[in-house]
Amino acid sequence: MQDYIIEMLHITKDFPGIRANDDITLQLRRGEIHALLGENGAGKSTLMSILFGLYQADRGEIHKDGKPVQVRNPNDANALGIGMVHQHFKLVHNFTVLENIVLGVETTEHGVLKMDQARERVMELSQRYGLSIDPDAHIEDITVGMQQRVEILKMLYRDNQILIFDEPTAVLTPQEIDELMGIMRGLAAEGKSILFITHKLAEIKAVADRVTVLRKGAYVGTVQVADTSVEEMAEMMVGRKINFELDKQEVNPGKAALSVRDLSVAGRHNKKAVDGVSFDVHQGEIVCIAGIDGNGQSELVYALTGLMPLQSGQVLMNGEDITQYSIRRRNDLGMGHIPEDRHKYGLVLDYDLQQNLALKDYHKPEMQQHGFIRFDRVRAHAEDLISRFDIRSAQGPDTVSRSMSGGNQQKAIIAREIDIKPEVLIAVQPTRGLDVGATMYIHEQLIKERDSGKAVLLISLELDEVFQLADRILVIFEGRIVAEFAGKEATAQELGLYMAGSRKENA
Amino acid sequence: MNKVRKSLSSASASLLAIVAGLLAGFVILLISNPQNALRGLGTILIGGWNNGMKGVGQVLYFATPIIMTGLSVGFAFKTGMFNIGASGQLMVGGFVSVYVGVTWTFLPGALHWMVALLMGMLAGMVWGMIVGIFKALLNVHEVISSIMLNYIGMYGVNYLVKNSHLFDALRNQTVNVANNAVIPKAGLDNIFYMLKGRFHDASSVNAGILIAIGFAVLIYILLGRTTFGYELKACGFNRHASRYAGISENRAIITSMAIAGGLAGVAGALMYLAPASGMHIHVAEVLAAQGFNGIAVALLGMSNPIGIIFTGLFIAHITVGGSYLQSLKYMKEIIDVIIGLIIYFSAFSLLVRDIMRRVARRGKEKDAAAPEPVKEEVER
Repeated sequence: MQDYIIEMLHITKDFPGIRANDDITLQLRRGEIHALLGENGAGKSTLMSILFGLYQADRGEIHKDGKPVQVRNPNDANALGIGMVHQHFKLVHNFTVLENIVLGVETTEHGVLKMDQARERVMELSQRYGLSIDPDAHIEDITVGMQQRVEILKMLYRDNQILIFDEPTAVLTPQEIDELMGIMRGLAAEGKSILFITHKLAEIKAVADRVTVLRKGAYVGTVQVADTSVEEMAEMMVGRKINFELDKQEVNPGKAALSVRDLSVAGRHNKKAVDGVSFDVHQGEIVCIAGIDGNGQSELVYALTGLMPLQSGQVLMNGEDITQYSIRRRNDLGMGHIPEDRHKYGLVLDYDLQQNLALKDYHKPEMQQHGFIRFDRVRAHAEDLISRFDIRSAQGPDTVSRSMSGGNQQKAIIAREIDIKPEVLIAVQPTRGLDVGATMYIHEQLIKERDSGKAVLLISLELDEVFQLADRILVIFEGRIVAEFAGKEATAQELGLYMAGSRKENA
Repeated sequence: MNKVRKSLSSASASLLAIVAGLLAGFVILLISNPQNALRGLGTILIGGWNNGMKGVGQVLYFATPIIMTGLSVGFAFKTGMFNIGASGQLMVGGFVSVYVGVTWTFLPGALHWMVALLMGMLAGMVWGMIVGIFKALLNVHEVISSIMLNYIGMYGVNYLVKNSHLFDALRNQTVNVANNAVIPKAGLDNIFYMLKGRFHDASSVNAGILIAIGFAVLIYILLGRTTFGYELKACGFNRHASRYAGISENRAIITSMAIAGGLAGVAGALMYLAPASGMHIHVAEVLAAQGFNGIAVALLGMSNPIGIIFTGLFIAHITVGGSYLQSLKYMKEIIDVIIGLIIYFSAFSLLVRDIMRRVARRGKEKDAAAPEPVKEEVER
């Protein structure tokens, strides 16, 4: 009999039209780091939400220390000692670190807060686990890495024994990731049991004892990490052998298609979100802007595409100054834009697929006559793109876009943006939230655009993606380009230093 | 196929709202006078038919302005805006058309009423456009500015009527418009009348109903077939994505509010260019109810222009039915209560529609295009 602290046995959960979890069993040993691996949509988040009491399982049981328990809401989970660091931190931004940690479990005497006791305990925990924090700093002023440490301290302060980390490394630099791994090992050594949700194999290899793999809502298996190679884990996750190598010809850049000159964009608190950025993207090359989320990438793209006004500077396309051009005029000049947030910007979710595929073309003579939309053309255009880009949906051109899967929504956007034959294609995190298959496909499409002589500007938070695609890498930190590398030259460690702002170079 | 099913499920939600509203109304009838309650409900349901073809004509007559205001509100809804200012736009449009109808007697024949109608529409457009401009350029929420413009319109019209040659001080209302400025009957009075001996007791119906239906068809085409409608709807659904696609959001907001205002202006023109039916602009400190009934009509009709024709007819139908309730010793205001209840339930009907859709989806197996499950759950 193994010493399991938490067991989820034969969990099944249905959502309308989809079985998110199908007979999944997950057994967490006391003091181990247990990774939960699966692609997006494999059912990891659902399973963890069931454990955390956010959803109820339709079938199956949860056992704590071998005895069945009910987890009806997060309070139940808390009482059982289950804590979770969510992917998007749940912190009150204008509260201090200390206030956030004690929020909800404040020690009071006659209704008066006793912060001193709390502070003592927090500092003690912070030292014991090597979680350095500044208890009096406001959340909005501290780094993402420290925010994460605050989240971890919140769990420890509540005496949680089972710690769930939901994709904790997505927002961190390579250095911060190493640090987090160390913290996790320390926690496990102190007897905490850790569930680590991720789709990054290297991290599992680095830190986890065992791994449970899910695929499309089903249980694939649980294996010892030490006995399993990265390739084997990848195969378990995807269900087939995958080739991570992309066919990529030598870079052969032409003239500058997109030139940015001393561009600044206003940000919050009188700071500049983008501060004097200059670079060129040439025909036939992929330039990648690497950086940690929130360092001005979004604002830079909004300024380039006309969605946000710029403070100063110039944007040129093929030598033409487009700084003052409207969005429509930029689009028509050949600026393709795969936006960061496909639901907010990329699609009108309540329009059907054919209308979305026409979003940038509907006003062109091919699609309209005297102001009347030529629906036959719109449909033909959609059918063409659907077959060329393999966009899958329930009712073809008539499918309401909202009902499509994330990967196919993204394919639709990419099809549309590539179809307008852009001179410059700006792709912002084009593979976010997509599975390996869709990711590979989108990478191939971007390389195809590059090989056909288009200029591609890629903004990515994933270093793997950066290394796979980029011919040139620009690192952005606090709105400035702090380094430039040729694609082959850079290492993750080196990039990480620049991304974290601990090294600067004038690029 | 998909579209048909979708509109059917919307319609059934509206029907549900109507049934629920009527049932609640029945309870009120029961409370206020139990003996006549069943007959009262029957009277409401029979509506215009209580009074033969004349009653039907009355229904058409009452339906005319609320179809127009319904179109106004519904059109703004489609572009993502809530036009609560139809009442003011109606008053301003009505006043200008009465002014033209009384004053511009140099216009020959049928041209007179047409120009009066057109000017009323333009005036409504200006009134609606102010709201759009405020929203687009100064980011003033349309509900705030259009409510304020309702009062400015109402008091402004009162002021102008009182201080002009349009004022009939004896009746405290506007004088009759010139004969040429009256909306023609178009032969409808020969269909919708009641025979009293050898005397034709005609209803108040006029060509206005045909004009209203014409506008509904026009709006239907505008929204469904044109690039302009595509842009407006895109802005209504997702203004970020519209901007991304290069659509000018400000232009969409201003034009759509102008059109909404114009439609309400036509409502006013059609109401007041028919003095024979007793409709005049009264100098009273009351906002025109037709503007608010338009909200109900638009909600029940799911903002679909063709649906709005039917819901406008229905609301007029039970309004006329309600007026006959007095013969059963009920207050005629009871019908306003019932209409109010139906509005409430139709607001709920959006919710009902969501639930029905979910139940329908649970019933059948989904294909590859399943939505992300997490989203579904959040609403629970």
